[in-house]
Amino acid sequence: MIASARRAARLLGAAACAMLGACATGTVVLLPSSDGHKTAVTVRQGDQEVVLAEPYAAATPSLAGPFAYKASPREVEARFGAAVAAQPRPPVSFTLNFELGTDTLSDAAKRVLDEVFAEIAKRPVPDVLVIGHTDTTGNDALNDALGQQRADAVRDILVRLGVKPADIRAVSRGRRELAVPTGDNVDEPRNRRVVIEVR
Amino acid sequence: MSKFTRRSVLRNLLLCVCAMIGGSVQAADIGQVKVSKGRVEIERHGATLPAPVGTRLEAADVVKTGADGSVGITMTDDSLLSAGPDSVLELSQYAYDPTTRKGRFEASLGKGTLAVVSGRIAKASPEAMTVRTPDAVLGVRGTEFVVSAK
Repeated sequence: MIASARRAARLLGAAACAMLGACATGTVVLLPSSDGHKTAVTVRQGDQEVVLAEPYAAATPSLAGPFAYKASPREVEARFGAAVAAQPRPPVSFTLNFELGTDTLSDAAKRVLDEVFAEIAKRPVPDVLVIGHTDTTGNDALNDALGQQRADAVRDILVRLGVKPADIRAVSRGRRELAVPTGDNVDEPRNRRVVIEVR
Repeated sequence: MSKFTRRSVLRNLLLCVCAMIGGSVQAADIGQVKVSKGRVEIERHGATLPAPVGTRLEAADVVKTGADGSVGITMTDDSLLSAGPDSVLELSQYAYDPTTRKGRFEASLGKGTLAVVSGRIAKASPEAMTVRTPDAVLGVRGTEFVVSAK
């Protein structure tokens, strides 16, 4: 009696495994976010969907749709260790506040550039994204152009200091991403900046 | 040929050239191989190329790792994708405007394992990034996760 119940349980387990896609493939596990932000991933199979919103929330495809369960850090390490280990070093950003139109960099700007080059030196194949920002004076078109000018000026400085032109991209965010939130048409020096991202 | 049609032909030609330039900018250099261990290859336009550290990626590239291989990719929107051994990862669709941060990113894991840290495309519009496996479609809402496929 007990033996047959055990056998039934084992069979059930095997059937569940088969239903879960061999208990190995198609599994999705949400990881804790490194910056502490709330994150989520949805897993849709046919017309069924589950939302994974907690660290180590997991889902695996089954005949009855995505099957939700809780994974462990050990399971993630065992099955996904190599993929996680191959993750590139996350991009790092530096903010440069300096008045354009002057030939000399301020000491503060020089210190930021030193940090940028220290970060570049840590990476085997660095590429640099230069992002120009403006305050809210003027319209989008004007600020997009102004942000691009700022980014281009900083790109030129970085190239002069030895970064390969092919490894730099200069873009503008215009007035879309304020460091200090303000209303429209506000002259705010802290929003006139260039962010240098090393990745 | 009337002046009007000639002008519209010219305009269409110009549009065509612009679209080609725009298209090539979008298709080329969507990301870079930052980590490459063991055998890592890219299938591009029917050819198979080795993918050492530094390789620039294009939309529709298929990245493959061998039994001893693993690969780490940084996309231009700062998404980080890394695959373990015996993986097939297709960067099916990628479009990204760095000014507005609007875009579309569709990747597909045919087999193997994949770790994802989503970037600016997913942050700007939660519906804009999806990862497919043979069985499921994952919607990425600004997130870090791992996924496996056959």
